[in-house]
Amino acid sequence: MARRWQWFHRLGSPPGFYRASGYWLPWLAVAAALLLGVGLVWGLVYAPPDARQGNSFRIIYIHVPVSFLALAGYYVMAVAGAVHLIWRMKLADMVMTAAAPLGAALTFVALFSGAVWGKPTWGTYWVWDARITSMLVLLFLYLGVVALRQGFSNQEAAGRACAVLALVGTVNIPIIYKSVDWWYSLHQPATIRLTAAPSMHPDMFKPLLVMILGLYVFYALVLILNTRAEILARERRTGWVRELAMGRNQD
Amino acid sequence: MAAPQLPELPGLAAGYGALLRRDLQLAWRQRGQAVNPLIFFVMVTALVPLAVGPEPALLTRLAPGMVWIMALLGTLLAADALFHEDFVDGALEHLVLSPQPLWLLVLAKVTAHWLVIGLPITLLSPLLGLMLALPDAGFVPLLAGLALGTLVFSLLGAVGGALTVALGGRSVLLSLLVLPLYVPVLIFGTSAVTQAVAGGGSGGPLALLGAIAALALAVAPFAAAAALRAGIDG
Repeated sequence: MARRWQWFHRLGSPPGFYRASGYWLPWLAVAAALLLGVGLVWGLVYAPPDARQGNSFRIIYIHVPVSFLALAGYYVMAVAGAVHLIWRMKLADMVMTAAAPLGAALTFVALFSGAVWGKPTWGTYWVWDARITSMLVLLFLYLGVVALRQGFSNQEAAGRACAVLALVGTVNIPIIYKSVDWWYSLHQPATIRLTAAPSMHPDMFKPLLVMILGLYVFYALVLILNTRAEILARERRTGWVRELAMGRNQD
Repeated sequence: MAAPQLPELPGLAAGYGALLRRDLQLAWRQRGQAVNPLIFFVMVTALVPLAVGPEPALLTRLAPGMVWIMALLGTLLAADALFHEDFVDGALEHLVLSPQPLWLLVLAKVTAHWLVIGLPITLLSPLLGLMLALPDAGFVPLLAGLALGTLVFSLLGAVGGALTVALGGRSVLLSLLVLPLYVPVLIFGTSAVTQAVAGGGSGGPLALLGAIAALALAVAPFAAAAALRAGIDG
């Protein structure tokens, strides 16, 4: 029993995680570069152009994976917050701190790439479409967590407060999505139609799958890098960080 | 060994009642402060025709959304004071330390807040509907929707107010945190009115508002209690 959980406790402590993640980083970086490189070249160059949208549809290879991660990132943040709130695990709080600005950035990229895509497709950068509006609300939720964290001077309390906020947001997200959906079906303008065909041609779909996978790996990589920076910032007064900075760390 | 004799503690109902009475009494003694959000509510609504023009057809179209947004802003303004005054004079720490469960005390404070802010705003809303040329069919759904909606606003506002209770720049931060959470209420509240005005029933959105209010009533006091424990350490 004790041995079985040792790895968990070692990984759950900030120095342990810092050391272990140092070994993962090169692998993750190579995998992310490979997947994103292959996906981008395949999607942007070799995939066939769309029958109706021509080449402008290719922005899907950025837009869809980023939107996936923007949503999944909120749950990463909320789960990390819950772990911190329940077990008072310092590392979980650091992960949550790292995930908030990352998720906000991804949501912004999703909105931005959607706007760029909307111009050639719908003739306008912004429409009050249900999905776009929900993403906008998601961006506000992320920004709230980031702003709340900055408002606190006491790190420990900030972690718990942000966790509560993230969890309240999690309960709310399905309600917000449903309500915005409903609102849109009430006000739906007749002229705009999303061209997402129910079935995508496999030649177009496969590079998208590679891109989604690649972005998941990229997300993990950036999350770990952000978490490592947060660990160093918070533990800067401890002995092991000082040793690391002095270059006397042998492992 | 006999268990040590503990002093007799007041029950849940007594604790809830005592805090509710205290908050209502405080609000009554600071009547001016409690009335301010209502004045804000009326004043900003009066700005709408000045900004967009007085044509009744246009105002009729804008009325449900405008009244709802003003009600939202009015309650939001007041949510800032929900815990902060008690935090400043130290009463909040006593509430957190008291043997009564904190969620119950939060619920008492939210009840008082709704009675002092949400209910008057609801009762004032027909007047604003009248000023904005809201058709007759819209008044009942507006009243019913606001009664439920302001309760949700108060409950979620309590979570936001608890999170930011000890921070500088509180009121702006509070709105940042809470406004995205208000979106569903705003959507269902305004569509209850617009559907009624268009001649349809408003039962669906009102039922959904009721469901949201029930969920908020069940969850928000616990969230606000957890938020308070973190928030007072600001």
